[in-house]
Amino acid sequence: MTATTPALTDRVRDVLGSTTLDDASLRRWLHGLPGVDEVGAHGRAAMLGTRSVKTTSKAWALDLAVSMVDLTTLEGADSFGTVRSLCAKARVPDADDPACPKVAAVCVYNDLVPVAVEALAGSGVKVAAVTTAFPSGRASLPVKLADTRDAVQAGADEIDMVIDRGAFLSGRYLKVFEEIVAVREVCDEAVALHGRRAHLKVILETGELSTYDNVRRASWLAMLAGGDFIKTSTGKVSPAATLPVTLVMLEAVRDWAALTGEIIGVKPAGGIRTAKDAIKHLVLVHETAGERWLDPDLFRFGASSLLNDLLLQRRRMRTGVYASADRLTLAT
Amino acid sequence: MAARLDVRKTYKLYVGGKFPRSESGRSYEVTDAKGRFVANAAMASRKDARDAVLAARAAFAGWSGATAYNRGQVLYRVAEVMEGRHAQFAEEVARAEGLTAAKARAVVDAAIDRWVWYAGWTDKVAQVAGAANPVAGPYFNLSVPEPTGVVAVLAPQASSLLGLVSVVAPVVAGGSTCVVLASERRPLPAVVLGEVLATSDVPGGVVNLLTGVTAESAPWLASHEDVDALDLAGAAPLPGEDATVDWGALEAAAAATLTRVVRPAGSATSEEPAVEPDWTVLPDGPRRVLAFMETKTVWHPKGR
Repeated sequence: MTATTPALTDRVRDVLGSTTLDDASLRRWLHGLPGVDEVGAHGRAAMLGTRSVKTTSKAWALDLAVSMVDLTTLEGADSFGTVRSLCAKARVPDADDPACPKVAAVCVYNDLVPVAVEALAGSGVKVAAVTTAFPSGRASLPVKLADTRDAVQAGADEIDMVIDRGAFLSGRYLKVFEEIVAVREVCDEAVALHGRRAHLKVILETGELSTYDNVRRASWLAMLAGGDFIKTSTGKVSPAATLPVTLVMLEAVRDWAALTGEIIGVKPAGGIRTAKDAIKHLVLVHETAGERWLDPDLFRFGASSLLNDLLLQRRRMRTGVYASADRLTLAT
Repeated sequence: MAARLDVRKTYKLYVGGKFPRSESGRSYEVTDAKGRFVANAAMASRKDARDAVLAARAAFAGWSGATAYNRGQVLYRVAEVMEGRHAQFAEEVARAEGLTAAKARAVVDAAIDRWVWYAGWTDKVAQVAGAANPVAGPYFNLSVPEPTGVVAVLAPQASSLLGLVSVVAPVVAGGSTCVVLASERRPLPAVVLGEVLATSDVPGGVVNLLTGVTAESAPWLASHEDVDALDLAGAAPLPGEDATVDWGALEAAAAATLTRVVRPAGSATSEEPAVEPDWTVLPDGPRRVLAFMETKTVWHPKGR
C-alpha cells in the first residue's frame, strides 16, 4: 500500500472494493469495467460529427473553443523568442478584435516555464508544463519527480505528465498508479510555494494503447490516482486525438462523476486543426459528459494551428468575407 | 446481341486534384445550343469556392517553387493529353456552342495550340519582363516577375474551351494557381479539361474548376481575403443576352481586400456592357501572364 494520504487510501478502498492495493486488485477492477463497443463508438462519433452548428450558436462555439485552447509549442527548436511570441498570441489572439477571448493556457517544456510565466504575468492565461520525461516517459521515478518539481517551482499552473505506457501495457498497473500519485504530491507542493495547487493532467498517449478498452482502463486508473484532467496524447505519436477516443474518455469522466462526485477534465491534444473539428468535439462533450463540461476548466484543446483556424472563422463571421491566414499573427 | 446499358457520365467539380460533387448537393441542367437537355452538372456553392481557394493556396508553394522550365514541360504534357482527347473535346464543344463538327475541331486545334503557346512562355516571360536596371552605385539592381498567388478566374461565357484555355493557361504559366468558374451555360468542356489536368502531371489544386451560377459564386471569390487576383473575363454575357454579372461591384469587393483585377475586354467602366473578345486571335505577347505576376526588385553588391 503506497497511497500516502488517508483520503486517497479510503477512496481506493471504496472504489475498488478491496482492502489491498496491488497489480492483482487493480487488474480485477480495470478488467471488470465494461468493454467499449468499438463499432458503436465510431458510429456515435461520426453521427455527432454531422451536427450542423450555425450563426449565433457557431459564434458562441468558436469563442468557447478559443478560450479552451492550450496553445502549445513542444519543439526541440523552441527558444525564449518563440515562447514569448506564443505568449503574446495567447494574450491577444486577434489584434483586430478586442472582443476575442484569451486562450486558456500556454503549454511548453519545463525549462521554458520561467519565460512563459514572465510573459503571461497578470494576463490570466495559465502556464502548463510537460514533465516526467515527456513524450516517452522513459526515465526513473526520481528523474520524473525532479522534472515535475522543477516546473512547479518555476511557477507552472498546470503539469502535463505522461503515464508509463510500457508498464500499463504489460499489466503493471500499480507502477502507473504510484507514479501518478507521486507526481500529484509534487503538484501539491505548489500550495506552499505559490498558494495554489498545480493542476495535474495525465497524458494517456492513446495512440500507443491499441484498444478502446485500454483507453477506458487508463482513464479510470488516472482518475483513481488523482489526476485533475485526462489528456489523450502527447501530439508526438500518430494517431493522436480522434473523436472516438475522446468519446470514450468523456464517458469515463461522466461515469466517474456519477460514482464519486468528482468532476475530472478532458483534454484532446494533437491532430485537431480546424474549427470544424473543434466544434465536433464540443458537440461530443455536450452530448456525452454534459453541459457542465463546456468550460475551459474542464475541457481543453491541446493545439497550435487550431487557434488560427478558429480566428479565421471568427473573422469570417464578423466581416462577412472569407479571411486569409496572412492577416493573422503566426501561431508558433 | 444484348443491348448495352447506358454508361452515363456524372459531370463533377475539379477541386484539389479530385472530382467532388458540390458540397451543397445541388446540380443544374445543361442544355445544348438549341436548348435540348444534355446532362446535369454540379452547381458549386460558396463553400465549394472556399474549399477550392484552400486547395489553390495549398498548391501554390509547390507550383510557384517549381522551375519555370519544369512548369513548361508539365503544361506541354497537358497539350499532349488534350490532343489524345481531341474527339471528345470536339463533341463537347460542338454541342455546347452549336458548331458544326469541322468548326468544333478547328476550335479544339486552336485551344491546344494556345495551351502550347503559353507553355512556351513559362521560362521566357522573366527575360521579357525582367530587367537589370541601371543604378548610380556599385550594385546590380534586378527586377524579376514573380507569380502573385491564388487567382480567381471567371471563364468566358461563350467560348467554352478556347476562351477557357486562353484565361487559365496564362495564370498557371506564370506560376500562380487558380479557381475557375466555368462558363455557366456551357460548362461541360471545362469538366473534360479537368479530367485532362488530372491525368497530366499538373499537381492537384493548381487548377480548380467549378461549374455553376457565375453571379452566385463570383462575389465570394472577389471578397475572399486569400484571393490575390481576379480575372473578370466571364463578366461578358452570351451574345445578345443581358449581363447577369455586375463586374463593377466585383471590382469594388476585390479592392476592399487589395485584390488585383483584370477587367473584361473592351469596357472601360462598368456602365458599358462587357463584350466577349474574339479568342481565336493570337495574343500579342504575354500580357495575360504578366497580369498575374508581381515585380520583385533586388539590390545586390557588385563583386570585384
